[in-house]
Amino acid sequence: MTDKHNTTLALLNHGEQERLMRAIRAGASRRDLLGMMGALGLGAGLGGSLIGSATNAHAQTPKKGGKIRVAGFGSSTADTLDPAKQSYSTDYCRCTMFYNGLTELDDVMAPQLALAESIENEKATIWTIKLRKGVQFHDGKELTSEDVVFSLKRHHDPAVGTKAKALADQMKEIVATGKYEVKVTLGAPNADFPVILGTYHFLIAQAGTTDFNKGIGTGPFKCKEFSPGVRSIAVRNENYWKQGGGPYVDEIEFFGIPDVGARVNALLAGDVHMIGNVNAASARLILGAKGLKIMETKSGNYSNLIMRLDQAPGNNPDFVLGMKHLMNRDLIKRNVFQNYAEVANDTPVPPLNRYFAKDIPQRAYDPEKAKFHLNKAGALGSPLQITTSPAATGSVEMGLVLQSSANQIGMKIDLRQVPADGYWSNYWFKVPVGFGNINPRPTADILFSLFFASNAAWNESAWKNEKFDQLLGAARAETDEAKRKQMYTDMQVMIHESAGIGIPVFINGLDAHTEKLKGLRPMGTGSMMGYAFAEHVWLDA
Amino acid sequence: MTGSIGTLLLGRLLAAIATLWFVATMVFIITNLLPGDVAQELLGQSATPEAVAGLRKSLGLDVPPFERYLTWLGGLVRGDAGRSLVNGMPVGDLIGSRLGNSLLLAGITALVAVPLALALGIAAAVKRGSIYDRAIGMGTVLAVSVPEFLVASAAVLVFAVHLRWLPALSQLGRIETFWDGFRVFALPVMTLTFVIMAQMARMTRAALVDVLSSSYIEMAKLKGASAARIVIWHALPNAIGPIANAIAFSLSFLLGGVIIVETIFNYPGIAKLMVDGVATRDIPLVQACAMLFCGAYLLLVTAADVAAILANPRLRHR
Repeated sequence: MTDKHNTTLALLNHGEQERLMRAIRAGASRRDLLGMMGALGLGAGLGGSLIGSATNAHAQTPKKGGKIRVAGFGSSTADTLDPAKQSYSTDYCRCTMFYNGLTELDDVMAPQLALAESIENEKATIWTIKLRKGVQFHDGKELTSEDVVFSLKRHHDPAVGTKAKALADQMKEIVATGKYEVKVTLGAPNADFPVILGTYHFLIAQAGTTDFNKGIGTGPFKCKEFSPGVRSIAVRNENYWKQGGGPYVDEIEFFGIPDVGARVNALLAGDVHMIGNVNAASARLILGAKGLKIMETKSGNYSNLIMRLDQAPGNNPDFVLGMKHLMNRDLIKRNVFQNYAEVANDTPVPPLNRYFAKDIPQRAYDPEKAKFHLNKAGALGSPLQITTSPAATGSVEMGLVLQSSANQIGMKIDLRQVPADGYWSNYWFKVPVGFGNINPRPTADILFSLFFASNAAWNESAWKNEKFDQLLGAARAETDEAKRKQMYTDMQVMIHESAGIGIPVFINGLDAHTEKLKGLRPMGTGSMMGYAFAEHVWLDA
Repeated sequence: MTGSIGTLLLGRLLAAIATLWFVATMVFIITNLLPGDVAQELLGQSATPEAVAGLRKSLGLDVPPFERYLTWLGGLVRGDAGRSLVNGMPVGDLIGSRLGNSLLLAGITALVAVPLALALGIAAAVKRGSIYDRAIGMGTVLAVSVPEFLVASAAVLVFAVHLRWLPALSQLGRIETFWDGFRVFALPVMTLTFVIMAQMARMTRAALVDVLSSSYIEMAKLKGASAARIVIWHALPNAIGPIANAIAFSLSFLLGGVIIVETIFNYPGIAKLMVDGVATRDIPLVQACAMLFCGAYLLLVTAADVAAILANPRLRHR
């Protein structure tokens, strides 16, 4: 029912959603609503489910006011309020308080209009973005096209140190075509461009900003205090352009507690209202305490076994296939992640993505098959070294599971555990067999372009497939949904069959909060409501 | 008297400058040997070669190391520690706000721990061999052997999670009254006192026992001095040297070595700042912190020596 309701809403644009929900809360009759739904081209069946869920929400009208304290799971002097430089969840949580994007991503990661009033395209290449008028920055200045041009163009300057260079490079030309209109020309067609505009790094800051520590944006909260590595204090923006929803709370104090034990204790002691990222062991503790809740978010986050195809032993396809069959996915799900995970099928696209290829048969744990292939590859004779690190979530434990499975078929695995410090620059896909951890990406295209295209900067297993590259380009330009879905399915089959990566499970995100904090629900965009909880939470004191 | 202290201070000052310079150079070399640089750490998974090169250039990391070393040393002499490579803020500002916090925590802990340790140590020395003395001995060995994260976690579990008397986090921003301040500092100060007190108490006892068994104390007893007078007037001044040194060691630990307490109580002090600096390869920040710790250590040790001289008649009149 919830799913159905969400899909219904996804079919509508933001304005229509708001109108509908307002009408329902204002007490519109069922007949009025069905009329409205009809006008919007929606069936009565869908309308019924929408009314059900909106009246359910009516029973708990969000209250305004209150101060909350939220602890994220990482914080250092590298904390930033510069949208382009964001690198951790802490930054995402803060930047979504202070800024908005041209679009924002909903439950199924489809783009909804935000600062943009309309987005039109010619052949998915030339995009005309019309801005919402009368939106004000926190300092009172009105949002215009120059702010958008400034925010997008920054990504092309290497001195900025943007995290979204790969995505931004496709924008060849960015020009203001009016006070409220921007034209972006892409180097090649990309039907997903509105999704990209809804990602964290493309949040819109004010033109000419040099000191980003002030956090001046158009977002639901204003920045009252920000001190990197210590805390931020956000106060409600009374002048927020979005109507009919949040922000609700008066003030949010946000800081990071990197140690999970300390974080959980802070929640148990009542010092904070919500904490991000708890582990399975602490989840049990929290569930046992009175007045606390766990929010489990299915996500596309995965830790993967990387086998370099350009080096021994990965250059033998039998080795790769054997290792994929050697992964006891159920055991990993149960023992490494205490069931807070979903079994995966060696494709990076998670089941919650609209392009997930659900018809590929699940690759099972099969010691016999693994032994056959590994023997054929000559891998049973000499010990195999696998590099693990706490940097890649769960990889140390996954290594142990692999090691014991290997023992049973007479294969020896040497686990080399290296520190998290410096892992990404020194070990990640530089060793013949090791682990990586990939954060969820909003589209299949981004995932594939970043990690699987032959020329991708982080092609972890050095997998080269010409047909895949062609399909990737074609799917990006394709605006017909059915055709597009088929293309993405074909590409997932290729990755599943021949790429040098094994993805055993998708790891679910776990956040914890007091029952008094309402308005939270799992979002496909990530933990803590895609890190954008601030706008939605309210305190039931 | 003044001459002797003046010479000592001058010698110490020159030695301190040489030591600081040596430490600065070593820190510079070591931080440059760390695998990966700030550009790679900042870009993380997005570190493509051209992105790294662009960022390095804008941060001035493309300049040869020796040149960077000279620039940095020159700035340091003028009192300018440079800017953080990670967030562009002046290192002085970053350290300034957190140094105050660290000094506050260290100061409160010292106020609690030093008198307590001295009292326990002196009492143990006076009643040496008694049950009380043995209890103190056992207790301090136990306290030294229990890792501080265990003490801190146990304290949080008992006083914050179960009894709910005290907050689990020590957040300065939430202090409005004296009572708030007490609650905020209670757990970290308790933990740190537990950790540093044992060392100081044992050193006090050892130094004092040593002196109490010497012949001039026997003389004092024979002339009929009271027990209190013997300890405070005759024995203690001669034991101040080692005691002051033990205190100096313990206090220098309070500035840079309290990373675990800062982490568990989320206290924004300077130890965590330095760890952040190392993790992000923010070399100017790491260097400034290292210099600061080194300077504080030198200062404390010198202060201990001066205290020993001032308290000890024999050293004073030499």
